[in-house]
Amino acid sequence: MEIDKDDFILKAEGLYKSYRMGEAKVSVLRGVDLAVKKNEFVAIVGASGSGKSTLLHILGALDRPEKGVVSFEGRDLSRIGERELNKFRNKMVGFVFQFYHLLDELSVLENVFLPAMASKSIFGWLGSRRWARGRARELLCELGLSERANHKPYQLSGGERQRVAIGRALMNEPRILLADEPTGNLDSATGNGILKVFEKLNRAGQTIVMVTHDERIAQKAGRIITLADGKIKRKGAEA
Amino acid sequence: MYKIILSFRYLLKRRISYLAFLAVALCVFIVVVVMTVITGLVRDFKDNNHKWVGDCVVGTESLVGFAYYEDFIKRIEESDFIEGVSAVVKSYALVRGRNSEESIGVEIMGIEPVKHSRVTGFGETLYHRKNDVSKAFEPAYDPNLAGCVVGIDRWLVRDDKGKYSYEVSPVEAALLVSCFPLTTKGALAKAGTELVNTKTFYYSDTSHSGLAGVDSSFIYLPFEEAQLLCGMAGAVKRVSAIHIKFKPNVKLADGCERVAALWKRFVEEKKGEKQAELLDTVTVQSWKDYRREFIAAMEKEQTMLTIMFALVGVTTVFIVFVVFYMIVSHKSKDVGILKSIGVSKVDVIELFSCFAFLMGLLGSAVGVFGGWLFLLKINRIEDFLFEHFGFQLWDRTMYAIGDIPSVIDLKVLVVIIVSAIGACLAGAFLPSWQAAKLEPVETLQVSQL
Repeated sequence: MEIDKDDFILKAEGLYKSYRMGEAKVSVLRGVDLAVKKNEFVAIVGASGSGKSTLLHILGALDRPEKGVVSFEGRDLSRIGERELNKFRNKMVGFVFQFYHLLDELSVLENVFLPAMASKSIFGWLGSRRWARGRARELLCELGLSERANHKPYQLSGGERQRVAIGRALMNEPRILLADEPTGNLDSATGNGILKVFEKLNRAGQTIVMVTHDERIAQKAGRIITLADGKIKRKGAEA
Repeated sequence: MYKIILSFRYLLKRRISYLAFLAVALCVFIVVVVMTVITGLVRDFKDNNHKWVGDCVVGTESLVGFAYYEDFIKRIEESDFIEGVSAVVKSYALVRGRNSEESIGVEIMGIEPVKHSRVTGFGETLYHRKNDVSKAFEPAYDPNLAGCVVGIDRWLVRDDKGKYSYEVSPVEAALLVSCFPLTTKGALAKAGTELVNTKTFYYSDTSHSGLAGVDSSFIYLPFEEAQLLCGMAGAVKRVSAIHIKFKPNVKLADGCERVAALWKRFVEEKKGEKQAELLDTVTVQSWKDYRREFIAAMEKEQTMLTIMFALVGVTTVFIVFVVFYMIVSHKSKDVGILKSIGVSKVDVIELFSCFAFLMGLLGSAVGVFGGWLFLLKINRIEDFLFEHFGFQLWDRTMYAIGDIPSVIDLKVLVVIIVSAIGACLAGAFLPSWQAAKLEPVETLQVSQL
């Protein structure tokens, strides 16, 4: 993929999105423009229902805008096919959700290496299994979960589950990490721990876009973007 | 790989999966048991018919019979594909005991026992002369008397368990066999006189072919005696049929075709000769065609059972569908997670199809194992039920069935397993398709959790 001349990894221009609620049409995004540079840590803040999660889903190609363009490293996501889009979600983006969204049937280790396994055929997986397991163990070690590798998600605390979700998001070394209220379901101390992980990752060069409704948490990011009434209100200065 | 891992985990960790798994296993168990029994019965019935008839029959339905059989036998015996040939006289007769006033109608079959045993399983059906077929018509109590072999159900009674109470040695008994000899035109040969030919034969053995109709109505007589009784031993001798056995490497259809060609040529050559018109009534049939009216009825029953169990299969498809529908509803979050990490729609369908395949495979394995265990003991179970509760699957005093067939046919087994897996895949398809269509944002929304 070619790199945009202005070094933006992710760019959104004129995004519109609305939902039907019964007879009524609710406009969630009304012309959102956004650009994220490489190695940036951006926080998108806004009240509940302001369209933060919708914006994040559109940025990560989990959803499509009604109008507007999302380009990743200069490539318009609306112009790429289903197959390429799946590849994009697997390789380029890592998602972290508020409710962790781990697969209950898999162990912690399996949850972490799931993205690597999902992109391989049986034979491809047999060839790269050793590497993937090693990488997953490495990530769990970095996230302080070495001892929990063989546990099941339901045996972990909320903070631990979120760290597993971060491990899974980082498994394929994505260019960008998209986090949707990653601390929203955690107590303040545990949430701070997660934010420290994000800060550490960002320092190591990871681009992060985080959605939160909590201004205090958003302060940890390098740049804050506020979303209100479906539009970007204010762009924070770089830290 | 994740599809296999997740499929296994869904199967093992979702209790609702057990329901579908049990439905498949139970269905396979029932189908394996019933199909094994019915297939075994049909197979035994066919085998017994094959053994009784041989491979091919050149014969006529006419009681007059046909002539020049010796010439034809000589000719086909020279062929390289023939293993054995046996001329047979078949007709109807009245039989009564020497001191009895009551006659009963029977079918008689005149055979040369050694030759006939080379072509058919006649020798194996005997009890006293099994090891020396040449003496089949020599009563043990006086070998000089003209003996006869009686269909076992005409002679012995089966007990409740279907076993015959064989005598240690044949009891001395005289049977008066009366036949109506016919002219070549089909008229009574002795019209105006005493009408019938009667001869006394002495019971020498029983024949147990395993065919109820045969064992209850046939009496086997020495070939030449039967020919005399039926009026077929004139200047031009006649028989009812020629039974033929092919060499082992000869396919049934090929052998019958070759015999038919030889017969056609033979008939052409005999045209114009005395009694040659009788040859026109003769047909060449494989043993299957010869016994078609009996075999077809059994096959029809088998087909009806197969259809009934196909309907059981439809029920299984529905159960699997319902269970999968519920599982997919519960697993919509997983679908969203998988899609968020780049799993495609096809992959989602494959995941649930793999789950269905495993369910079908493991359900079949358990069903087959259970069926195999049950079949292994089926006769003992029936004995137990009969001894303690008087229950019997078939009344052995009425049906010519010994043990319940319990040997699983591999072909049938493969069809059952493939059908079970197919049923699971069919039942899982719609829910899988529904899961594949789920949008990740819909399933991962907080309101959906």
